[in-house]
Amino acid sequence: MQMSGAQMVIEAFIAEGVDTVFGYPGGAIMNVYDEIYKQDGFKHILNRHEQASIHAAEGYAKVSGKVGVAMITSGPGFTNAVTGLADAYMDSIPLVVVSGQVPMSLIGTDGFQEIDAIGISRPCTKHNYLVTDAADLPRILKEAFYIARTGRPGPVHVDIPKDVTAQIAEFDYTVELDLETYKPHTKGNPRQIKKAMEAIAKAKRPLFYLGGGIINSNAADEVRDFVHKCGIPAVETFMARGVLSFDDDLLVGMLGMHGSYSSNMAMSETDLVIGLGARFDDRVTGKLSEFAKNADVIHVDIDPASISKLVNADYPIVGDLKQVVTEMLLQIEKVDSDNYESWRETINNFAELHPLTYHEDTDRIKPQWVIERVGQLLGTNANISTDVGQHQMWSAQFYPFSRPRQFISSGGLGTMGFGFPAAIGVKAADPERTSINFTGDGSILMNVQELMTAVEKKIPVINIILNNNFLGMVRQWQTLFYDKRHSETDLSVQPDFVKLSEAFGGIGYRVKTKEEFDAALKDAVEKNVVAFIEVIVERMENVMPMVPSGGSLFNMMLLEKKETK
Amino acid sequence: MTENNERRVVSVIVVNEASVLSRITNLFSGRGYNITSLTVAPIPDSKYSRLTIVTKGSVRVIEQITKQLHKLIPVLRVYEHDDIVEKEMALVKFPITENLSDINTLCEAYNGKIVNVGDTVIIAMVADEPKRVENFLSAIKRYNPKEIVRSGAVALER
Repeated sequence: MQMSGAQMVIEAFIAEGVDTVFGYPGGAIMNVYDEIYKQDGFKHILNRHEQASIHAAEGYAKVSGKVGVAMITSGPGFTNAVTGLADAYMDSIPLVVVSGQVPMSLIGTDGFQEIDAIGISRPCTKHNYLVTDAADLPRILKEAFYIARTGRPGPVHVDIPKDVTAQIAEFDYTVELDLETYKPHTKGNPRQIKKAMEAIAKAKRPLFYLGGGIINSNAADEVRDFVHKCGIPAVETFMARGVLSFDDDLLVGMLGMHGSYSSNMAMSETDLVIGLGARFDDRVTGKLSEFAKNADVIHVDIDPASISKLVNADYPIVGDLKQVVTEMLLQIEKVDSDNYESWRETINNFAELHPLTYHEDTDRIKPQWVIERVGQLLGTNANISTDVGQHQMWSAQFYPFSRPRQFISSGGLGTMGFGFPAAIGVKAADPERTSINFTGDGSILMNVQELMTAVEKKIPVINIILNNNFLGMVRQWQTLFYDKRHSETDLSVQPDFVKLSEAFGGIGYRVKTKEEFDAALKDAVEKNVVAFIEVIVERMENVMPMVPSGGSLFNMMLLEKKETK
Repeated sequence: MTENNERRVVSVIVVNEASVLSRITNLFSGRGYNITSLTVAPIPDSKYSRLTIVTKGSVRVIEQITKQLHKLIPVLRVYEHDDIVEKEMALVKFPITENLSDINTLCEAYNGKIVNVGDTVIIAMVADEPKRVENFLSAIKRYNPKEIVRSGAVALER
């Protein structure tokens, strides 16, 4: 069928089953927005900043498992979105981002709102395209969705000059994709799988090291089955929270810089790391030369470039986790879970020696309590987004995650301002569950304009602001490593968060006691409108345990022992 | 990193399309790596081009770069060579007043010859292993070369 480039974008989205697009219009993308006006195949959510559009699409993608879609204009619209693209790239989130570009005749002339968009997005996308002929659009859009969701997922950016969106060409979305140079390897090498299973059977102190790739590959069920049939303890990365349920006996906890004592000790003592979809990030490993020093490493990952990048893999397996773990389960009879009894005992002793906890020894509410409390009240019925900082680590430590895709946070890039727009995308994808955003008094101001989006589209996100009047995580480092010189981290001068929410048409609560918090959360859930719950928390609380940057995992700073709590 | 920086030759087969070259060079520049030489030309009767990249770096980083090269969507194949035949060409412009027979003899020792003679200058060409091309360029210094251009290496596995 003959149609304009702009119409093709709409038709391609509908053919891909897109139901929600996040975006912001502008000059170069107007032809496409004109077609959005005329269609009813999907809904469009107008964010109030392009960065927020990308984060919302990320939240949508992470919760639904589908490709998130965002649309922005050229120049500043695009550059505003770059942080979001980089965030999605680091955390392997499937996105298709369409941007407008100045007409072909103006490219390279420093035209109004012109920037070399694909030049900028190249290092922070899985792939990108500049479309120079509308006849290429059906193929390019189809490739974009395919590339975004297959292999190691990631964002794909499609830059379309304005005259190409007006150009008429043939649209046929049934075209067969012919990507000779892109064929993700999904089936693991049978010989390597066999060897890995034999290594597991022989190991005395094996440890599962579960990563976010399990969630991307929708393999949590298989992994749970595998872990239980092996009877081998498991640690999770930050990105893998929820792969095992919080109450799973074999879940040791989260490892890394703010991982639990038992998890980090288990990793330091293990003789076989069974890495599934994890990438040995520096926040996980600490000092590399001391990481799992006496262990062999099995590493299963869809991305060959992640294998032996930082830690040498003795059993490298490139493949899709769901397929590989399914194959491994067929050889499960090799493994005898009784062999690991004393190892499980050892790890339990670690956990008893230094459990993950906190002290309620101040008048003010402890931030960790707030997270635990929301977990008690909402549990599995809430999706949890976070911003970046202390509250983010406490969320990962103390929320009782019970399922994959429940925890949505900016792991790799660590983007402050991620949480609120992501929680909007989360709610759009999963309206039945409560969408909570744990945030801090620093982070929330980095995309606070999204109050308007949430109010306009009636997307009731509950933002719980753990207010310590500090840029808390930086303040913690300054306290510990910079001799308490709190350079530019004191956020004593603040807006009235209650009035701020109300000014946009939301609701707000300022709470100082546990009773007030319970009442506020209950009220916010019932009222079902966008809310700020500002909780005045202990100012100087630190995230513990902590592996100082570059230190070894077993050298943790620990919570002081006290009787309380 | 204290690892030794070795000379490495990497060949890449890529789809011949816009922006593919910058995708590849980005992986080097993003790590602060210098590309010593780079050649690219279409492979006959196909939609692909072949690049030959000469660089210096630690084995570990070059290995990581080749893996990242593989990940690029338009990349078909990456070869990191050990056992290869490598050739490079150089063109040199000399004043016509220099000793032409000396120059010609030198060129012949390096698979070359005088390829152009003008009113005031001659142009000589050699094609040989990169190391030998360097030797040649050092040997002809006494003949006052006015301009030198090197092609960069091309390589094939044995």
